[in-house]
Amino acid sequence: MIHSLFLINCSGDIFLEKHWKSVVSQSVCDYFFEAQEKAIDVENVPPVISTPHHYLISIYRDKIFFVSVIQSEVPPLFVIEFLHRVADTFQDYFGECSETAIKDNVVIVYELLEEMLDNGFPLATESNILKELIKPPTILRSVVNSITGSSNVGDTLPTGQLSNIPWRRAGVKYTNNEAYFDVVEEIDAIIDKSGSTVFAEIQGVIDSCIKLSGMPDLSLSFMNPRLLDDVSFHPCIRFKRWESERVLSFIPPDGNFRLISYRVSSQNLVAIPVYVKHMISFKENSSSGRFDVTIGPKQNMGKTVESVVMTVHMPKAVLNMNLTATQGSYTFDPVTKVLTWDVGKITPQKLPNLKGLVNLQSGAPKPEENPSLNIQFKIQQLAISGLKVNRLDMYGEKYKPFKGVKYITKAGKFQVRT
Amino acid sequence: MATTPPAAASSPPTTRGFSGSARKRRSRATALPPSPGPPLLAKAMLSLPPVQKLLRQLPAGPAKPPVGGDTAEEVTSPVLATEAGQPACYSALQVDELRLLAGPKPAVATSTGPSLRHDDLKEMLDSNKDSLKLEAMKRIVAMIARGKNASDLFPAVVKNVACKNIEVKKLVYVYLVRYAEEQQDLALLSISTFQRGLKDPNQLIRASALRVLSSIRVPIIVPIMMLAIKEAASDMSPYVRKTAAHAIPKLYSLDSDQKDQLIEVIEKLLADKTTLVAGSVVMAFEEVCPERIDLIHKNYRKLCNLLIDVEEWGQVVIINMLTRYARTQFLSPNQNESLLEESAEKAFYGSEEEDTKEPKAEAASLAKRKPYVMDPDHRLLLRNTKPLLQSRNAAVVMAVAQLYFHLAPKAEVGVIAKALVRLLRSHSEVQYVVLQNVATMSIKRRGMFEPYLKSFYIRSTDPTQIKILKLEVLTNLANETNISTILREFQTYIRSMDKDFVAATIQAIGRCATNIGKVRDTCLNGLVQLLSNRDELVVAESVVVIKKLLQMQPAQHSEIIKHMAKLTDNIQVPMARASILWLIGEYCEHVPKIAPDVLRKMAKSFTNEEDIVKLQVINLAAKLYLTNSKQSKLLTQYVLNLAKYDQNYDIRDRARFIRQLIVPTEKSGALNKYAKKLFLAQKPAPILESSFKDRDHFQLGSLSHLLNAKAVGYQELPDWPDEAPDPSVRNVEVPEWTKCTSREKRKEKAEKPFYSDSDGESGPTESADSEPESVSEESGSSSSSSSSSGSEEEEEEEEEGSGEQSEDKEEEEKRPKRKDKEGSRKAAMGSAGSPSEDEEEEEGAKKAKKKKAPPGRKSHAETSSEEASTSESSSSGSDSGSEAEAKRRKAPPSSRAGPKEISLLDLDDFTPPPPQPIPSSSIISTSLVTDLEGLTLTDTSLTPAISNNTDAEVKSLRVSEPKLLSGMRIQEFPEIERLAPGDTANVVMGIDFCDSTQAANFQLCTHTRHFYVSIQPPVGELMAPVFMSENEFKKEQGKLTGMSEITEKLTLPEKCRSDHAIVQQVTSAANVGRVPCGADNEYRFAAKTMTSGSLVLITLEQREGAVAQLTVNSEKMVIGTMLVKDIIQALAQ
Repeated sequence: MIHSLFLINCSGDIFLEKHWKSVVSQSVCDYFFEAQEKAIDVENVPPVISTPHHYLISIYRDKIFFVSVIQSEVPPLFVIEFLHRVADTFQDYFGECSETAIKDNVVIVYELLEEMLDNGFPLATESNILKELIKPPTILRSVVNSITGSSNVGDTLPTGQLSNIPWRRAGVKYTNNEAYFDVVEEIDAIIDKSGSTVFAEIQGVIDSCIKLSGMPDLSLSFMNPRLLDDVSFHPCIRFKRWESERVLSFIPPDGNFRLISYRVSSQNLVAIPVYVKHMISFKENSSSGRFDVTIGPKQNMGKTVESVVMTVHMPKAVLNMNLTATQGSYTFDPVTKVLTWDVGKITPQKLPNLKGLVNLQSGAPKPEENPSLNIQFKIQQLAISGLKVNRLDMYGEKYKPFKGVKYITKAGKFQVRT
Repeated sequence: MATTPPAAASSPPTTRGFSGSARKRRSRATALPPSPGPPLLAKAMLSLPPVQKLLRQLPAGPAKPPVGGDTAEEVTSPVLATEAGQPACYSALQVDELRLLAGPKPAVATSTGPSLRHDDLKEMLDSNKDSLKLEAMKRIVAMIARGKNASDLFPAVVKNVACKNIEVKKLVYVYLVRYAEEQQDLALLSISTFQRGLKDPNQLIRASALRVLSSIRVPIIVPIMMLAIKEAASDMSPYVRKTAAHAIPKLYSLDSDQKDQLIEVIEKLLADKTTLVAGSVVMAFEEVCPERIDLIHKNYRKLCNLLIDVEEWGQVVIINMLTRYARTQFLSPNQNESLLEESAEKAFYGSEEEDTKEPKAEAASLAKRKPYVMDPDHRLLLRNTKPLLQSRNAAVVMAVAQLYFHLAPKAEVGVIAKALVRLLRSHSEVQYVVLQNVATMSIKRRGMFEPYLKSFYIRSTDPTQIKILKLEVLTNLANETNISTILREFQTYIRSMDKDFVAATIQAIGRCATNIGKVRDTCLNGLVQLLSNRDELVVAESVVVIKKLLQMQPAQHSEIIKHMAKLTDNIQVPMARASILWLIGEYCEHVPKIAPDVLRKMAKSFTNEEDIVKLQVINLAAKLYLTNSKQSKLLTQYVLNLAKYDQNYDIRDRARFIRQLIVPTEKSGALNKYAKKLFLAQKPAPILESSFKDRDHFQLGSLSHLLNAKAVGYQELPDWPDEAPDPSVRNVEVPEWTKCTSREKRKEKAEKPFYSDSDGESGPTESADSEPESVSEESGSSSSSSSSSGSEEEEEEEEEGSGEQSEDKEEEEKRPKRKDKEGSRKAAMGSAGSPSEDEEEEEGAKKAKKKKAPPGRKSHAETSSEEASTSESSSSGSDSGSEAEAKRRKAPPSSRAGPKEISLLDLDDFTPPPPQPIPSSSIISTSLVTDLEGLTLTDTSLTPAISNNTDAEVKSLRVSEPKLLSGMRIQEFPEIERLAPGDTANVVMGIDFCDSTQAANFQLCTHTRHFYVSIQPPVGELMAPVFMSENEFKKEQGKLTGMSEITEKLTLPEKCRSDHAIVQQVTSAANVGRVPCGADNEYRFAAKTMTSGSLVLITLEQREGAVAQLTVNSEKMVIGTMLVKDIIQALAQ
């Protein structure tokens, strides 16, 4: 399976390598660099590269390439999914999955990689088990360690690996027992020139933060579970219960985790909470163009649309932009040609507007296409699909936990064509 | 288990043998290094900073061996001793200085050469402070991580392998695994540590020792590894067995000669019943012996059933393997439909050239086929994988998707589309892989993805490679109904800034146009408009596509050709120019005026053209010469002359060939007159095909599919067989479980709180094995019918465990020899199930001797299911010596007359329990041997085997005069007319004990005599397990308090403190099912009595140490009291 792993930063330095079988020379990465050069854009580096003796399967996360070396047939998704799991684990341990974080914690990283794979086959990937084996670094602990000389490696053996519920460690204790659920829905949409919706659907997740003592057995029910079209579960959820009763029944992992992700199909009409009026034009044979965009909330939403940000990838020919924003601030990066307008909150009384002139490279042909606008926004306390949590019951433990549910709607891949 | 003793027996000598060789090795190892040793040290001294030199002179006795946790070997090694010695002495004194020295180190390193650079690290490693060692190891690991060479530290590091500090130890392991291959001799020093670890009582330590040992790639330890793997494969702990499975491919890659032995281990581990092991062993199977598909047969159903509880990575491997397996074992579910489908598609697309004969032929062949019925095992696989589409792991979803694509009936494949579309929201790498697979699938099964068409719409922010794949899918999905939407979408794409993407879009439009005749003209017009695009690439791509489209139309598009002819002035892209020239040549008759002019221009620029353009110029010239020689003769000559001297030999050859062909000369061959036909023949229109066509011969989701090339180690997905191989190979024989294990089995199932409940799903029609499963779950109502064959069973039983067999033998030996004076027959009846039951025999008409077997505490006996009881029958009989009766009693454990296949789902990881102790009943030799084969029927049924060991024939054997308490019922067996000497007859009888612990008495009569028989059930067998949740349990327990609750304290003996042991003992004492329980130290079991169905709830709470409290809640107080006694006795054993 996975033979070796190289971590490579954006400037092409291999800053970490780990081999699970015999050592593979760093030079194998040259094939990767070659492909990277050819692709120009980092996003276009093919995830699977074939070299004479090896196959390279890579992912790009947080400005780091995780390049794994494979020697024989393996499902590519298996490797990709695993590499993402590695990145998630780093994120979980160090708060960020960056080059500096990895370099600073290189020993922990190495210990983690050692536990996660055995001979290239995944061994322990559940964060709860890993945390039992190797404690994540905290400031307090590093101070204590330097004084007492103790270490991050847990001296307990990973009993979690032996249990029926490997995602939960035994003997969890909290003074405040709490269970929080964030219902986060993202709207993916493509709006065409005329403002009509080409495609829209809702992707939702329920992220949980569960801090409960003992072995609680939870069941979460919805007012309208039929709404959920396609659901994928954390392994802790009892599939049968969902099939028969549409109730999420599970013994939760300890801490933060994603309980389910779901999709509300495009068959249901999706309410689009904002509209965009735009006027972008480039004059023939002149080195300028006009840019005028207004964002407004759609009626009867009842909630404010917040954190609105618009990003536009302008055509290459654009040299600079002179705009005025009635609200928020805008920046234009002349190198990447990205225009970002941070609008903030939308108030229906005064619609935010960004307007002004676009300077084009003189002599260059007029761009044929108007750039599409990518919009981000957030609406608190609303699940746009109308999904509602009905109740949360806990069995198996005697105490009364504090339960909380939060709803957020966000823009996902929300694009307006112009 | 049967294999354990030999393995154990063989291990010590081998280990010894090896350790001898290891010692030799070691001595060799120690012999070598001294040479580099001293100089190295000397150099080190020189290069040391002054303070350090000073320090070195301080200590008096530098040769002292290191203290600390080092093992004996290391001390004996002179190298290590010398190297370790000096620093060890002072480092203990001067820790702080050393720390300071560590700082400026790198500078020293670069200046003084490689051999010295890790000097300070060595010193730290040799110190006896764990914190220093840890610091050193951390730095070393950081070096390894950066890919720097740290191999010269090997001796210093390896001796810390036995360090007490866990983190140091782990880091040493990391180092060892990395460098052992390079320093094989020294690596051997560490082996003994691991060998010791392999014997550790803690399973986790055993596992980690095996893991590191097997990761050390040193060929010389292959025998040790082999031995360790074999031993670990039969370890009690499933976790260790999992590690053993992991070690198999490691050993195989080290030494492939071990294959045969490893296959044996794999075979053994494949039979393992735990979810923990399943994934790992299948992975080992795939790496070592993927061709041995026959090993899977027996484990197929178990794997299917376990699948949902296996960890996600294991699921992927198992599903992929099972896909291949299913392809070899089952018939294609689409064999009928595939024909229909093909003909339907043909009718759809190729409406122009439809062949009327073919469908008829197909229909005929269709009719001949017999109707297809899906193998239940095939269905089992499909059903059990389906829920995994909901997995959060993309690899699992993809694995299930490919399984459905390759194995499911066409009508069912659709379910995977939704899940695959969901994956499109994931990371872009996942999208990339999924889209590749969707592209392949959408060619074969377009309908599946049609509802999700819009999910493949492209955003301007998608990476180009994703865009192109989405485009591919959209094109595959296009049909007459949705083409207008798709084309509208394509129009947006054409204006994109991403030119590669635009080019791909144009091609896609071309493909849509060729596939869907209706929109051909629209597309063509659209493409022609693109010819005026400002971007040359776009124009060039359009030209190429238009050329292909024009070829399909009867040539009524001279306008377009004219327009394109004009483009030759501007377009520089060779492929586009070549395309235009070809078009003009091909249709020169439609543009008679323009064609010669184009040739003229091209002749002018001929020398500057690209090769493909030159070839087309020659082509054009030849065609014009043939159609319009008047205007083009000279031009053609000119072009051919230029070509004759071209640098490219292809072009020279072509010119020569064409000249010979078209220019008539005397010598010219016969072909000359056909030149026109050759050049201007009708050419079939090109078919624009997806590059993903036919990729599905690779297993989807595989690396090979993605690369469209066979990857190393790829296992071909076999074609469906024409005839299904024998499905009975998957039948599983009744494994040798004794009674108790089967009960544990049940309990295990109850223990599994997750997913497993889906097992219950299995409908009646579904799997073959679901039947026995459900039977075994039903409470006692099962009939006894299946308690067939005594003989077979006996054989099995005999294999079953040396334990029981030896019991029998023992008994036989003990049996006093008696002489049979009267020659009368006697029946010995092994009472099934309970040893404690009495057997009465009456010998002779007058003498009735009753003997009670000592109430040995054994519980076997009937479970509700047919696996009835092992009958360790205590035979009792007349002990009176006066009767010279050769009563032989044989008590084969007549367990499970159960179904031959039993469900494997709930199999446990427990080894079968130790053989039951034998009641030391007095033994009478009887001439009749009665074996109780089992108890079944209603509550209790027995299938005694009655054999006649006398030399006289026994006639009319029957049950008579049952003396039963009220409520008890007995189901007699039909009278046996005669039983020849030496014969054995199996009979089935049933007793309903009516929840009473009283014995059932009856007589066994022959034509001459009567024997009294008394059967008393052990209390534990009067119930059947029930499954309930923890909450239900608590609720029920709340109702059964006061009088119904019996509590007893007990002390658990040493060996009975583990979960495993407790559960095993309780379940062997009573037929109860385990109830999941949140608390660690509490065990709960539940059962229902057979007749009245009242609940019996058992709670065992382990207090500190050995003290435990047993609580039994039951309405039936007698049963409760006796049960408490029995359980305590079982636990105290």
